[in-house]
Amino acid sequence: MGNENKIWTGLKYLSLLLAVFVVLFPPYVIVVNAFKTKDEFFNKTSLQLPESFVNFGNFVEAFRQADMGTAFGNTLIIVVVTLLLNILLGSAFCYAVGRFQFRFRGLLVGLFLFATIIPQITTQVVNYKTILSLGLTNNLMGPVLLYIGADILQIYIYLQFIRNIPYELDESALLEGASLFRIYATIIFPLLAPATATIVILKTINIYNDMFVPFLYLPRAEHVVVSTSLMRFFGTNSGDWQMVSSAILIIMIPTAVMYLFLQRYIFAGVTNGAVK
Amino acid sequence: MLSRLSFGVQRKIVIIGFIMIPLVLLLTFAYYPALELIRLSFTNWDGLSPDMQWVGFENYREVFRNPEIFGVFWHNLAYFVIGIIQNILAIYFAVILNSRLKGKHFFRLLLFLPYILNGVAVAYLFGYVFDTTQGSLNLFLGSLGLPSDTSWLGSESFVNYTLASIGLWRYMGFNMVIYLAALQSIPADIYEAASIDGASGWQKFRFITLPNIYRIIELNLFLTVTGALEVFDIPFVLTNGGPAGASETFVMKIIETAFQFNNYGLASAMSVVLLVIVVAVLSIQRYFLNRGDQ
Repeated sequence: MGNENKIWTGLKYLSLLLAVFVVLFPPYVIVVNAFKTKDEFFNKTSLQLPESFVNFGNFVEAFRQADMGTAFGNTLIIVVVTLLLNILLGSAFCYAVGRFQFRFRGLLVGLFLFATIIPQITTQVVNYKTILSLGLTNNLMGPVLLYIGADILQIYIYLQFIRNIPYELDESALLEGASLFRIYATIIFPLLAPATATIVILKTINIYNDMFVPFLYLPRAEHVVVSTSLMRFFGTNSGDWQMVSSAILIIMIPTAVMYLFLQRYIFAGVTNGAVK
Repeated sequence: MLSRLSFGVQRKIVIIGFIMIPLVLLLTFAYYPALELIRLSFTNWDGLSPDMQWVGFENYREVFRNPEIFGVFWHNLAYFVIGIIQNILAIYFAVILNSRLKGKHFFRLLLFLPYILNGVAVAYLFGYVFDTTQGSLNLFLGSLGLPSDTSWLGSESFVNYTLASIGLWRYMGFNMVIYLAALQSIPADIYEAASIDGASGWQKFRFITLPNIYRIIELNLFLTVTGALEVFDIPFVLTNGGPAGASETFVMKIIETAFQFNNYGLASAMSVVLLVIVVAVLSIQRYFLNRGDQ
């Protein structure tokens, strides 16, 4: 029995280490090559370490050539505007739906939840037409509109969360003469903060990582975002692997850092969004 | 100021005011397009001209008859097969990380990491891994004395499996975290009682763990099926459908038909077919779930 357990424990660690190796192998190759000079790159195999890890020349060059300053700026604008609207509209909507009984309430919630099964990727054929007729192609607000209109993650998370806020809080505020709007703004919204934090993090990562919407709606160079800047950069530098490696790294680092610091919210959001 | 209004009036203002904008957005960007797709699928609209002709079921006939369209689903099959393996691995690692183990938070953190990385960056990252002559995978295999000249992305017969394995790398941790959350909600005393009764580790897994995470397995399988049907970004960025269209997925075909060939009618019919398949998969899953409850 004891021996069997030891073997099982050994197998557990062995399989975990194997998985860690598989997860880290591709990024490892990118990291070691991003710091190599052109000569080094041709004289060494791609698995070997670079001469120095402080050779930031490739990063500077990739950042400049891929116009990542503009790309990060545009992505930031899209993320900030989307999040503000998402949080405002989402929390208000869930306050109305979560706190009051009214006719068609069930139908309304059902309508929002059912929409999740319509694959967003298929409706682009029509949404493209809609955005075009609103004059919002080649405009950062086009993607913003799609991110707040077609994605209902925030409603899903807020709805689950608002149920756990005791209704007695609303009642006592009402007795003291507070208006409903005041209750939403000063009691409910602040109490939704953990849900808001989860939404901010998950949506930031989703928008940052999205390629499809910006590729379709923002074809102009001036509207380049993070994902499309890498595609363009690759298009002109596909042979320069040490340069491409550093561009890939620059783009991967922000979400990876965010993940390390905010993992608690990310795990909570992923499990809440999926399970239920 | 608002508090002077009666409760009933306030209630009405809040309900209507807070619901209107999200509802209009939802109808505009989720339901209207779904309905409009159906209408367009019966026309030959080219995306530009103001007029379109009604062509009846012509587009649907084309979708099912033309092997270059419907046959593309065979490419998506690879993603489904790898997706099943991905789920088995995810359950395995979730069970391991749910047991008493040193460093389990570290392992969870690391295995989930690929999920949050930028998709375009991941695609190019693997472009480098799978490159035939300079790729790090072939170099690594060569250093182990294994054949090192496989053209991972250039072979029509397994390019889709190569691409799907990138999906496994990316999403296994995501599935695992969901399974892990489900496992953690199983009360520990059930396992203790089973241990006292002399159940082996395998018996505990088979008769306690599996039945308790049944719903979550189904949920993950649903995500796997729809994910396999809707694959787009990795093959689009990495191979753009090559070699010779061998790695084209159904969604890529839709985008190409609409935005390159301006055949919106046909693209709409393809979208409707995909939509119907996804809804059908979901309905079947719901049916089995509800039956399991009774």
